[in-house]
Amino acid sequence: MADWAGYLGLMLDGALVTAKLTVLGCALALPAAFLAGLGRLSRHSAVRAVSVAYIEFFRGTSIFVQLFWAYFVLPLMGVTLTPLQAGVLALGLNVGAYGAEVVRAAVQSIGREQHEACVALNLTRWQSLRHVLLPQAAVVMVPTFCNNAIELLKATSVVSLISLSDLTFQAQVVRSQTGSTALPFLTVLVIYFAYASLISFGMKALERRMTRGLDGLRT
Amino acid sequence: MTDAIIDIDRVTKRYGSHTVLQDLCFSVRPGEKLALIGPSGSGKTTILRTLMTLETIEGGTIRIDGESLFQMERNGRQVPADEAHLHRMRTKIGMVFQLFNLFPHKCVLDNVTLAPMLTKGVRKADAERRAMELLDLVGLADKARAMPAQLSGGQKQRVAIARALALQPRIMLFDEVTSALDPELVEEVLNVMRMLGSTTDMTMLLVTHEMSFAHDFADRVLFFDRGRIVEEGPPEILFTNPTHERTQAFLKKIIAAGQRI
Repeated sequence: MADWAGYLGLMLDGALVTAKLTVLGCALALPAAFLAGLGRLSRHSAVRAVSVAYIEFFRGTSIFVQLFWAYFVLPLMGVTLTPLQAGVLALGLNVGAYGAEVVRAAVQSIGREQHEACVALNLTRWQSLRHVLLPQAAVVMVPTFCNNAIELLKATSVVSLISLSDLTFQAQVVRSQTGSTALPFLTVLVIYFAYASLISFGMKALERRMTRGLDGLRT
Repeated sequence: MTDAIIDIDRVTKRYGSHTVLQDLCFSVRPGEKLALIGPSGSGKTTILRTLMTLETIEGGTIRIDGESLFQMERNGRQVPADEAHLHRMRTKIGMVFQLFNLFPHKCVLDNVTLAPMLTKGVRKADAERRAMELLDLVGLADKARAMPAQLSGGQKQRVAIARALALQPRIMLFDEVTSALDPELVEEVLNVMRMLGSTTDMTMLLVTHEMSFAHDFADRVLFFDRGRIVEEGPPEILFTNPTHERTQAFLKKIIAAGQRI
């Protein structure tokens, strides 16, 4: 009988890498989504063009290829990243591109009358966005951002291709060393699901907090 | 007319091939209370929206305080106004909308204080003190911490009036402010406007379907049809003795619909 405690330790190491990738990936995806999403709504055509190019490129090519570029091709251009950095970069930018469309759609979903109230109150475009449109749009974004974050979590498993020992990778290691298949993969399943539930739960709480008062019920 | 606060000179406004305002001319004296009446689609609301810079114009000139709204001078030439010019011109004008357009994510007090703090740099404490005075004025001081969704339509509209007043505009535009309200809530909003009309020297332009209110409130009434002023005059003359047949037909319809003038 193999040393299960040791193998579990291995899996938890992998779980930590997966958590790190998810958190850092989201930390990059969120600003990328806002920059590109608001960029698409800019008055300046150059800003719009850059945003659209970013969004279409990262949505239109595979995350595998993006990861290989970040890890194997960028060094040829003199930019060498650690596997973790390459993983975060590819995941963050990839999911950020999807998030950008969420930001754009949410801002556009705010009614014209809110824009007009801002003009009538003489707010600048930036003030309107910052104080009136984005706070309302953010409420609309949260459920879809929750989806995106879970997608990002699940996409982290691709980093095993660039030698990063994430959760999925470690499960493979344990499997090959012990010959046991069901147990390591069951553990992986449970951990991924626990992570996803955590994200889901956190986002629900955030959504509840943000919609407080909007429906007329004081809570 | 040089002492006019608003001077509209041969203004034309089109949506595509549809002309909403055609060579429109009129001016407003400082402090004047003006009611714009007429059938739907006659261009009344468009005038208010244009004054608030929510619409552009295709021809003519609008002057506020003698200064062109959509044009500015640069190197001795008239050029289209930039954001800074519009921003400066908008400080003179406030608007209240048919559907209130309150910010649903902010409480009543924050709705009123937001613009003074952002556009005039008023400190929070001062902005809140002033906002409470205004909310008191419109009878809603006890609702300062309520969210807009908790208010009735009439209360929302009174908050919207307080919010517009907080910027101390010299001109106030009221765009069918009671049209979206349940009948029993109309009067509380009209009362606030009556009080403003009698206690301030603000210039007020009012688009309304409340003819009896227009009659009592306005110094002058403009009757619009198809983007033109058909007839204008003091309310006691325009309402009781209109000369133009289209005005007569319009007022007849209004009376037939049950309104008292």
